[in-house]
Amino acid sequence: MFLINCPYCGERDQSEFSAGGEAHIIRPKQPTELSDDQWAEFLFMRKNIKGVQLERWNHAHGCRKWFNMVRDTSNDKIHAVYKMGEKPPIK
Amino acid sequence: MNKNLRITNSKFIDQTSRISFKFDGKTLYGFKGDTLASALLANNIHLVGRSFKYHRPRGIMTCGSEEPNGIVQVGKDPSMTEPNTRATEIELYEGLEATSQNCWPSVNFDIGAINNFFSPFIPAAFYYKTFMWPASFWEKYEYFIRKSAGLGKSPTKPDKDIYDHKYLHCDVLIIGGGISGIIAAKTAAQNNLNTVLLDDKNNLGGTTLFQNNECFKINNSYSSEWLKKEIESLNSFNNLTIKTRTTLAAYHSYNYLLARENLTDHLSLIEKKDKIRQRLWKIRAKKVIIAAGAMERPLIFNNNDRPGVILSSSIKKYIDYYGVKCGQKISLFTNNDAAYETAISLSKSGVTINSVIDIRDKSNSSIVKEAEKLGIKIHWRHTVVNTNGYKRISSIELMKLSDDGTAVVGNKSKEECDCLGISGGWTPRVHLFTQSGGKLKFRDTDNTFLPDKSESEQISIGSCNGDFELDDVVKNSNKSIKEFLNLNSSDYENLKINCSKETDKKNIWLLPSNKPLGKTKPFLDFQNDSTAKDVKLALREGFKSIEHVKRYTTTGMGTDQGKLSNMHALGIIAETAGVKIGELGTTTFRPPYTPLTFGAIVGRNVDEFFDITRRTPMHDWHTKHNAEFENVGQWKRAWYYPIENENMHEAVQRESKAARDSAGILDASTLGKIDIQGSDASEFLNRVYTNAWSKLEIGKCRYGLMLNEDGMVYDDGVTTRLSENHYIMTTTTGGAANVLSKLEDYLQTEWPELDVYLTSVTDHYATVSICGPNSKKILSKVIPDLDLSDKEFPHMSFKNALIDNVRCRVMRISFTGEHSYEINIQSSYGKSVWEKCFEAGKEFNITPYGTETMHLLRAEKGFIIAGQDTDGTMTPVDLQMDWIISKKKYDFIGKRSLYRSDTIREDRKQLVGLLTDDPNEVLEEGAQIVSETNKQPIEMLGHVTSSYFSPNLNKSIALAVLKNGKKLKGQKMFVPMKTKTINVTITDTVFLDKENKRLNA
Repeated sequence: MFLINCPYCGERDQSEFSAGGEAHIIRPKQPTELSDDQWAEFLFMRKNIKGVQLERWNHAHGCRKWFNMVRDTSNDKIHAVYKMGEKPPIK
Repeated sequence: MNKNLRITNSKFIDQTSRISFKFDGKTLYGFKGDTLASALLANNIHLVGRSFKYHRPRGIMTCGSEEPNGIVQVGKDPSMTEPNTRATEIELYEGLEATSQNCWPSVNFDIGAINNFFSPFIPAAFYYKTFMWPASFWEKYEYFIRKSAGLGKSPTKPDKDIYDHKYLHCDVLIIGGGISGIIAAKTAAQNNLNTVLLDDKNNLGGTTLFQNNECFKINNSYSSEWLKKEIESLNSFNNLTIKTRTTLAAYHSYNYLLARENLTDHLSLIEKKDKIRQRLWKIRAKKVIIAAGAMERPLIFNNNDRPGVILSSSIKKYIDYYGVKCGQKISLFTNNDAAYETAISLSKSGVTINSVIDIRDKSNSSIVKEAEKLGIKIHWRHTVVNTNGYKRISSIELMKLSDDGTAVVGNKSKEECDCLGISGGWTPRVHLFTQSGGKLKFRDTDNTFLPDKSESEQISIGSCNGDFELDDVVKNSNKSIKEFLNLNSSDYENLKINCSKETDKKNIWLLPSNKPLGKTKPFLDFQNDSTAKDVKLALREGFKSIEHVKRYTTTGMGTDQGKLSNMHALGIIAETAGVKIGELGTTTFRPPYTPLTFGAIVGRNVDEFFDITRRTPMHDWHTKHNAEFENVGQWKRAWYYPIENENMHEAVQRESKAARDSAGILDASTLGKIDIQGSDASEFLNRVYTNAWSKLEIGKCRYGLMLNEDGMVYDDGVTTRLSENHYIMTTTTGGAANVLSKLEDYLQTEWPELDVYLTSVTDHYATVSICGPNSKKILSKVIPDLDLSDKEFPHMSFKNALIDNVRCRVMRISFTGEHSYEINIQSSYGKSVWEKCFEAGKEFNITPYGTETMHLLRAEKGFIIAGQDTDGTMTPVDLQMDWIISKKKYDFIGKRSLYRSDTIREDRKQLVGLLTDDPNEVLEEGAQIVSETNKQPIEMLGHVTSSYFSPNLNKSIALAVLKNGKKLKGQKMFVPMKTKTINVTITDTVFLDKENKRLNA
């Protein structure tokens, strides 16, 4: 069970959060101009890295804010949390 | 009771307070401080159970949580009886009733023991291999296999015991109250850290507590005496919490740990009444110190499983702690020095020791010298090749080992005994360390896996970290603790420690025998009856991974999770396969460390407080009017209102007819309501709904369909424009929370530039829906000054109004196809407005209707219910709702997916109507639809999603999803049921009032 440092609320138990998958997948601004394959790439394809991964998290039972996290999926180490719109702190 | 087996000088057993208990129906006596195991042994009872597969007689083997054989059923009460409890961990209490498991009719005469004679025909994976074919016979085999499998019996009635959960936060958590745990606890507490010390036993001290041996001294006292003073000194710390009888069950990441505290299991039946039985502690520790100790290993040789074969260190605890002799003529068999401690303890207590059989060539340690001084006979470089006796060991057979240890040489000799102590070295308890994500390293000198890299703030100290000699334990623990807690000094710097040091080491995983392996039974996993033979068979059959061998042979899969067997299995696999153990790795240690009761996991039974029950403000009215309720998520919704003896069908038929003939009233308060404000609110709605919103006039309502990004229908509802930048959105009852979080997700992450604010107001407003041809007349009585003319207040529009000076919002919208209104008012006025409407409607026979009638009425009109007629695979086009997809909008959620190659397929499953040939035949929801009845197998073309008998049409109607359904209108299909086949015709989805005349009636 992680201890997550919500950028708005501070350290809270993982049970207050929900995970939202890979971060920094930007919704295409002109979806109509994309081929089926390009759209499928955005819609379905996720990296699922073993190692350091950028992820979206939501403080669902708290401030309800979405934020990003740098987490190593191989050992669950959380290297950083940062707000939506911010660049990932370089690792 | 056989007095001979109890010596009188144990400090830990109160021999003045006798306790009576029952084992297999027989009344026996023990003393306060005994475990069930020690009390049975004191009564000269070794045989306590039968093995899992061969039903071989098995006896108590250990004195702790790793016990594989001594597992018993405790209690007779069908709500409290507990299977698979370890006799070595059950503290004796007055009234305890325990029975053997896995034997019938009794542990002494067990029919299943016949399996032992067939054992050559029951190798590893026998069940997998034998019951594979023919596949259709599985149902017949299963009954017998299930009957013969399993240990113990589950309780059949609800558990009456009370369980509890509690949170605990601390600076330092110490797991294990042995010598190193005590040193850690005192050091941490002295430095003002908020410290918690856990131990699974009823007192602290571990095995040092009863170590009264000349060879182990600290500051010139016995190590036990020195430790006793240390334990006493812990009482002076207010910042130290000590929890005994508390087993650490799970060690998760970020130092989140679960521990189970036994509060009353050791108390008599009267004392434990109405008290909390077990408490699960949820611990978040800044730092964790694991001092979990080590387990003694058995030795693997032919017939090493007979009752009376016990781990040597356990024999020592039984004599030194419990004052119980495990036998009167004891032999010891070892590969290390530990057995000599046992020999000395036994000898001092006057127990006859036949000899110590040691596989090593020699040992120069002081403890061995001490044993020799006491006249104990030692057979160097010898092994036990067989044991005799059935329900109790009666003799052992010894032979000399060859120089390389791979064979036996010379003549066999026999030694009579009633107990054999075995010692195969030590296995550090690294389970918790690995549970937390820690990686292990392998030490070749004594074949141990030790903690290596850790993922959290923790250290392992003492024997669980591979320190087995007293001076190493104390010095290394002290050093590690200081480093870990950033301390310069501690109380444990300059202790004078005398201890015997092991000088010679030798290990043979599978001891050689004078018989070929195939003719022997060297047990590895005592509980699951897997032998060294089985492991070798698995390797011959091509299994290489330790995880696969484990599952194939079931080695390590019992309730003890292979605590005793895993190392030997690894050793034998590595040896046979010619690889190093370190490279082979271990199987994964998963939580819980020892079995947990479901009660402890679940916690306190709080009945209705377990989950929130949401009730509308009108709930009491519904109850008073005999409503049956339906659970929709957490909500209680009125389902139907039976009058007198009406059943559900009769009530729904009456309600449905009344709503269309005159007037009906529905509590719609549970619908999700989201208040949307901000200068970009219209743009936001444009992006989340499929249809266009920018041009919706203020005061108008519009139905909207929300898709997922994959183009599938997600939710629907009516949204009303209250003012320029202010909307109120309604969602389905069940979808409210999810819709809000989805919208928040888009706002916060994709479109942060939009000026929009979302607030859930579901609970803030009560909603009364009045429908039917007389609804207008009723509303005009409730709000006389509101102009209800079609011109002023047309369908799909909204008005602000006052009811008795309370502001409310009135929408003219309809989910039934009737002329209808929804009044939204502050929740606290919900019930009075409901009653007011009901009063006003009395002259029109206003009929309260529930969700079932609501579903029927909307089905007559072909309106979908998201989640009932859709299942996450339906696009708006599939639903024949093409009209709701804006052609002009550049983008909305899911738009691009609507013309992916798969979503434009014409033969997708599509929503259609179904009419049964027999108008009285009502289809079952979920029933499958096929095009032919004579062919097998036959393709399922779709299924029924909604089905009702319509009282307004006087016939059965149904909605269904059907492959290529749009094009099949008018065609005949079949719905095969268990006893008959129902003929249906595919129709349009709208059954009633296709022209929408009733909306303005």
